[in-house]
Amino acid sequence: MIDANLIFDSETRLTGSALGCRRGGRRVFDGLDFEVQAGDFLSLVGKNGSGKSTFLRMIAGFVPKVAGEVIYNQGGKTAAALASEDITLVGHQNGLKPGMSLRNNATFYYRLMTGGVPAPERLQIAADIFALGSLLDEPVQYFSSGQRHRSALMRFPFVARQIWLMDEPTVGLDADNRAALAALIQHHMACGGIVIAATHDPMWVQGNVLNMDQFQPAHGTETDDEGWL
Amino acid sequence: MSAQPSVSSVFVALVRRDMALAWSQGGASLLALGFFLIAVSLFPFGVGPEPQILARIAPGVIWVVALLACVVSLDRLYQADYEDGSLDDLTLSPLGLVGVAGAKVLAHWLSTTLPLAIAAPALAVLLNLPDAGYPVLVASLLIGTPALSLIGSIGASLTVAVRRGGVLMFLLILPLYVPTLIFGVGAVDAAVTMSDPLPHLALLAATTLVATVVGLAASAAALKLAME
Amino acid sequence: MHRFANPAQFNRLADAVMPWAMVATVLLFGAGLYYALAGSPPDYQQGESVRVMYVHVPAAWMGMFVYVVMAVASFAALAWRHPLALLAGKAAAPIGATFTALALITGALWGKPMWGTYWVWDGRLTSVLVQFFLYLGYMALWKSMEDEEKAGNAASILALVGLVNIPIIKFSVDWWSTLHQPASVMRLDGPTIDGAMLVPLFLMAAAYQVYFTVVFIWRMKFEINNRKLSVMRSVDMGH
Repeated sequence: MIDANLIFDSETRLTGSALGCRRGGRRVFDGLDFEVQAGDFLSLVGKNGSGKSTFLRMIAGFVPKVAGEVIYNQGGKTAAALASEDITLVGHQNGLKPGMSLRNNATFYYRLMTGGVPAPERLQIAADIFALGSLLDEPVQYFSSGQRHRSALMRFPFVARQIWLMDEPTVGLDADNRAALAALIQHHMACGGIVIAATHDPMWVQGNVLNMDQFQPAHGTETDDEGWL
Repeated sequence: MSAQPSVSSVFVALVRRDMALAWSQGGASLLALGFFLIAVSLFPFGVGPEPQILARIAPGVIWVVALLACVVSLDRLYQADYEDGSLDDLTLSPLGLVGVAGAKVLAHWLSTTLPLAIAAPALAVLLNLPDAGYPVLVASLLIGTPALSLIGSIGASLTVAVRRGGVLMFLLILPLYVPTLIFGVGAVDAAVTMSDPLPHLALLAATTLVATVVGLAASAAALKLAME
Repeated sequence: MHRFANPAQFNRLADAVMPWAMVATVLLFGAGLYYALAGSPPDYQQGESVRVMYVHVPAAWMGMFVYVVMAVASFAALAWRHPLALLAGKAAAPIGATFTALALITGALWGKPMWGTYWVWDGRLTSVLVQFFLYLGYMALWKSMEDEEKAGNAASILALVGLVNIPIIKFSVDWWSTLHQPASVMRLDGPTIDGAMLVPLFLMAAAYQVYFTVVFIWRMKFEINNRKLSVMRSVDMGH
C-alpha cells in the first residue's frame, strides 16, 4: 500500500463518557459512552436522525457537546479534544472544486493538511486504489457522482492520519470498490489506525458496533433547564 | 515535519487556490471589474456630461462603485466552500479559522479588489478628476479597500448558511462601510481642493486596522458557529 | 450562572417586577409629559419647539442603551451558550430599533424649525442611522435561517461587531463640529442646560426606562413561550 512502513502509535485511545449533543435546537443523543483504541474499527448504526453524522462531527470538533467528557490519549499526552492533525473526515459532501482537475484538488488537499507537496507517485497510488488513476487530470465537473465520492474517499490513504472518520462511505460504491475500501480499512487497522464509520450497510469489516438508537433522549426530559432551546 | 513553516505554506496554498478560482471561468474577479467599469460609466448619463459636475462627484462615485463591486464579489466568499464541504477541510487544517479567514480575505483582495484600485485612475479620467486627485485616489483605495474585503468577510461569514444570502449581506455590511467611505472620499476631496489629505489617510488606515482585528475575529467566530 | 437564568426563574422574577414597572410607567409618563408640555419654560432661543427635546433626547439615549443591552446579551449567549441570553437579545432588538427610529423622526421634526432642514449628513445623524440599520440587520439575521439557534448566534456576532458604533455616536458631536449641538447633559463638567429643563428631561428618561422594562419582560415571556411551543412541536413530530 501507500506507506509501506507506517505504524501508528499503538497507545492511542479515544474515550467518551455520558456524551450529550444538541443540534438544530434539539437533543440528538444523550448518555453515550464509547471507546476506541489503535487498531479498532467502530461502526455506527441507527435510524435516520439518530445522530450518526452529529457524532462524527462532534468527534471532529465541529459540534460542541453539551454533556459528558472526551479524553484523547496519544503519545503519552492527554487532551480533552481530538487533535485535528490526527484525523481525516469525509462527510456527505465531497469537498471538490468542479473546475479543478482531480490532481489539483488532491494536491491542494494535501498541501492544506500538511503544508507539503505530495510526490506524484503517492497521488497515483492513492488514485489507483479506487480506480481513479486514469481520471487524475480530468476536471471534476465531468465526474459521475460515484467517481466524486471515490475521489473523496481517496483522501484516507493519501494523507497519513491515524483516525479516519467516515460518513456513509459505502453509498454508491460497486462491489469492486467496496472490496477496495474494506481492504484499505483492514490495512489501516493493521497499521494501528482507528476507523469510525457511520453506515446503514451491514458490517463488511470486523469490529465493534455502536447502536445510536440506544442513546436517544427520552421524551419529556427537556424541561425548563437548558434543553428547551 | 515541523509545525511552523508548514502553517505558512498552508496559508500560501489557500491564497493561491482562491486566487486561481477567482480568476477562472465563472470566477468573481472579472465580473466585479466589469461591474465597476459599467456602473461608473452610467453616472455621466445620470447626472449629465458637464465636466465640472463630474469632476466634483468623481471621488465619491469611484469609491461608492468600487465598494459595491467589492460586495457583489464577496457574497460567495465562504458560501461555495460551505456548500461543497471544503469548509470542513479548511477547518481541520492547521491554519485555524482565523488563518482561513485571513487567507481567503487576502486572496479576495489580491484577485478582486486590487484590480479595482488599479483600474480606478482610468475611470477617473472619464469623470474629469482634477490632476491633483490621482495619487491620493490610488493611495486611498490601496489603504481603504482591505477594510472593504475584511468587513465584507463578516457579512459573508454571517450569511454563509443562508440560501440567497446576498441581499441580506448587503443590508448587514453597507452600514459598516460608512467610515471607510467617509475617510476615503475625504482624502481625495482634500487633495482636489489643495488641502492636506494625510489626516484622512491616517484615519482610513486606522479603520483598516480595526477592520482587520474585528473582521477576522468575527468571521472566524461566525464560521465556527455555522459549521455546527 | 445557568441556575439563576432558567426560564422558570425568569418568569418568577418577571411576574414580581411587572406590576410595579407598569405603575411606574404610567406615573412617570404622566408627570414627565406634564412638565415637558406645560410645567417647564420655553427656551429663550428655541421657543416652544424645545419641547421636542423631551421626546427626542431620551429616545436617543434609549436607542444606545438598548443596543448595549442587546450586545451584552449577545456576548453572554456566545460565551456561555445560554439560550435565555439569546432570547434576551432577540426581545430587546425591536424595542431599541423603535426608540432609534423615534429619535431620528423627532430629530428631523425638530431640525426643520431649528436648522431649516429635516436632515443633514453629519456624524451624529449618520451614526444613529447606522445604529438603526444594525438593529434591522440583527433582526433580519434572526429571521434568515430555519435553525433558530444558528440564526441567533449569527445575529449575536453582528450585535457585537456593531458595538464599535456606540462610541462613534457618543463622540461624533465632539469629533465633527456640525449642526447637531454637542453634549449638554452627559458631560464631565456637569450639565450646561437649565435645571427647569432637566426635571422633565430626567422624568421622561426614567419613564422610557421603565417602559422599556415592561415591554422587554413582556417580549421575553412571549419568546420563551414561542420556543417551548416549537420544541414541543418538534418532539411531537417524532424528533
